[in-house]
Amino acid sequence: MKKSKITYRLVVFILTFVFALAFSMPSFLQTEGGKKISLGLDLQGGLHLLLGVETDKAIESKIKSIASSISYSANKDDLLLEKFEIKPEFFKFTILDPDEMNKFDSILKKIEGLKIDKVELTYQVSLTDAEKVATIEHAIEQAVKTIRNRLDQFGLSEPSVTRQGEGDILVEIPGVKTGDDEKRALDLISKSAHLQLMALDDKRQDQANTLSNEVAAAYGDIILKDAKNENIKYVVKQIPVLDGEMLVDAKVAFDQNTNQPIINFTLNSQGAAIFGDFTGENVGKRLAIVLDNKVYSAPRINERIGGGSGQISGGFTLEEAADVAIALRSGALLAPVKLLEKRSIGPSLGKESIEKSTIALVGAFVLIFLFMVFYYGIAGIIADVALVVNILFLVSIMSLFGATLTLPGMAGIVLTVGMAVDANVIINERIREILRTGGSIRSAIEKGYANAMSAIIDANLTTLITSAALYAYGTGPIKGFAVTMSIGIVASMITAILGTHGIFDLFIDKMEKSKNTKLWFGYKVRKAKNANI
Amino acid sequence: MQIFDKEKKYNFMGVRHIFLAISLFLVLGSIVSIFTKGINYGIDFAGGTLVQIKYDKAAPISQIRETLDSLEAFKSVSVTEFGSKEEVTVRYSGSNDSLGADPGKNIAEILKDTGNFEIRMVSIVGPKVGGELRKKGIMALSVSLILILIYIAFRFEWRFSLAAIVAEIHDVIIAIGVISFFQIDVNLDTLAAILTIIGYSLNDTIIVFDRIRENIQDTKEGDLATLINSSLSQTLSRTILTSFTTLIAVVILFVFGGDMIHDFSFIMLIGVIVGTLSSIFIGSQGLLWLKFSIKDYREMLAAKKKREKEKERMRAMYEKGVV
Repeated sequence: MKKSKITYRLVVFILTFVFALAFSMPSFLQTEGGKKISLGLDLQGGLHLLLGVETDKAIESKIKSIASSISYSANKDDLLLEKFEIKPEFFKFTILDPDEMNKFDSILKKIEGLKIDKVELTYQVSLTDAEKVATIEHAIEQAVKTIRNRLDQFGLSEPSVTRQGEGDILVEIPGVKTGDDEKRALDLISKSAHLQLMALDDKRQDQANTLSNEVAAAYGDIILKDAKNENIKYVVKQIPVLDGEMLVDAKVAFDQNTNQPIINFTLNSQGAAIFGDFTGENVGKRLAIVLDNKVYSAPRINERIGGGSGQISGGFTLEEAADVAIALRSGALLAPVKLLEKRSIGPSLGKESIEKSTIALVGAFVLIFLFMVFYYGIAGIIADVALVVNILFLVSIMSLFGATLTLPGMAGIVLTVGMAVDANVIINERIREILRTGGSIRSAIEKGYANAMSAIIDANLTTLITSAALYAYGTGPIKGFAVTMSIGIVASMITAILGTHGIFDLFIDKMEKSKNTKLWFGYKVRKAKNANI
Repeated sequence: MQIFDKEKKYNFMGVRHIFLAISLFLVLGSIVSIFTKGINYGIDFAGGTLVQIKYDKAAPISQIRETLDSLEAFKSVSVTEFGSKEEVTVRYSGSNDSLGADPGKNIAEILKDTGNFEIRMVSIVGPKVGGELRKKGIMALSVSLILILIYIAFRFEWRFSLAAIVAEIHDVIIAIGVISFFQIDVNLDTLAAILTIIGYSLNDTIIVFDRIRENIQDTKEGDLATLINSSLSQTLSRTILTSFTTLIAVVILFVFGGDMIHDFSFIMLIGVIVGTLSSIFIGSQGLLWLKFSIKDYREMLAAKKKREKEKERMRAMYEKGVV
């Protein structure tokens, strides 16, 4: 008796099986360790947000911050300038003394990416196109980072923050259960946390309630509202003394007198110097602490404040103070974000979806399994074995890539299974054809695989092409569907084509001996026509 | 076991007119439906807000509708039953830009007198996102069709490629017609279903084409109609078996898959049936309409073989010359 043949096909198949078993188990058993397929929000419930970054605001705030640093430098060197005007896209000013032009030019030269148009003594400063692109890019990246930081500190389970398309940000937070949780998360994300320290215009503060925005702008002022009481207004200088970029830390503390929660912030050395200088020169005047364009407090400066730390008080609850501190600490959003898309899926719906689709998947598999055995005999069992390995392999690759399983993804799996079964149907039908013409079992298997191959390859390649197009242009669930299908097709090439062939190789001697085609292929050769083929 | 007798040649060409008439009826019906009933873009594509609510007993749909209708913000509201009597979806065109606004809470407040319920899902899609998705969906569809056109032309011949695309477009039109006729919301999931149908039906068509190509090379048969008949007969049991196993999966998804994949599997169900028929009666017939010539194709293959032989000969000469 010849010993059974172990071919390279079988070896590849067995290796695939071991690999698939090892890496799919964490997902099936939901063990603590190991990489798992994560369930999409449609399956487990949670909050899905698509945010758009308001990039023009990033440019605006960049212009503002350059303007404030130039005005600070000019002030420090006793250079006089007037008619300072800030517009969203540029700012302009006029210098008084033509002899100081050189000094101004050298100040401006230190800042990169500026486009300067000079008309006599009037400077108009805007950003170069390259700088605008860089600013926008920076704002988006920074927004992704900041939102991620904030959500991490908030302690939500595995939030995911990724960039999508040109300038959108996708935020997914699984397991947000209550409406309050959701609201807190949204507040935290949307908070610009843009801290500014601004000088109050004491001369015009009395007119705060009557001054129009246009008139205020003519004086170089803007009008801001109080954070708690909208009726209280403040007239502050348009150019901030300090910008939140210079902030290094923010912590919750308690006011010693009132015992209310406050936020202590610390500035970096540059910020500390500016803060010290300003408070030193403006003792007796008022300084507004402005967060996201709302005034939290406007204390009078009693003395020079060195060391670069200050506090925000404003009747916070402890929870609010904690959230503001997180937002400040993780950095301001250079550009505000707006909501483009929001989906929140309740946990009960997620649970129901996963239960129902599991029933559907298992039911479909079982029926297809039974049918294959019924129709193709042992060849059907072999196909089923390959199918099981196929599914395990699909799951393991998806877990290793950290892919997310969504409802369309599940549909993708069903289709993959369909295509894998199809490959085996094509092969088995081809084998039967050869048997019918009187070929031996050995040649029927060889020729069956050879003849089926071109059809299977063409069919699989066209499906891969469609998946690639779907992946390239699809979003979210469509992408998931495309990924599942592509992995599934590759898996079926290994299992349904190579694997089943390997198993046939193993049994070939037994098959030749028994000659019972009914048992092996579910088909009885009745008579041989064209025996010469 | 065996369902179809392999020896027998079924005369597909004889009955093609009946099926063509059915196809034509379906395609025309679909086009009429698309133009008269129109297509319901779901919020994925149109933008808007969708709130899914589950009551503990049958949902008071008309009461919900009346309550919401009376409010300015919900002027365009549509309230429909979703899957079961207890569940409803509330859809309206507004989408609020601000992050803090919570339409779920808002609606829960408005509807609090209508009974005990739970807000199960809230989706808000802004108009910009919707427009972009629509653009990308159409792009994905056209790019994949063009790539497939090129691939088949390269692997077979341009007439095969054209015939396959005609079959695909036939399937897509009918699928969209069904979506329009039953007023199914077009969302990302439904788009995935259409794309799956394309993949599936193409798979079928290619397997038939592969057999035709093989038969052109292996037999002496010169009549295209006869050759198509025997190729279709030879692949018939595979076609039916595969459609059958796929249908098992899709029907089970349809019945047990829950509301979320209900529409998806319904479109798939129609698509699998139409796709199977189109690969038999549209794809291969396309070759007849396009006046595919077996003779020319054989000559083309022969020329190709000759070129390859020539190349081999040159290579052999070159290698000999060098060694």
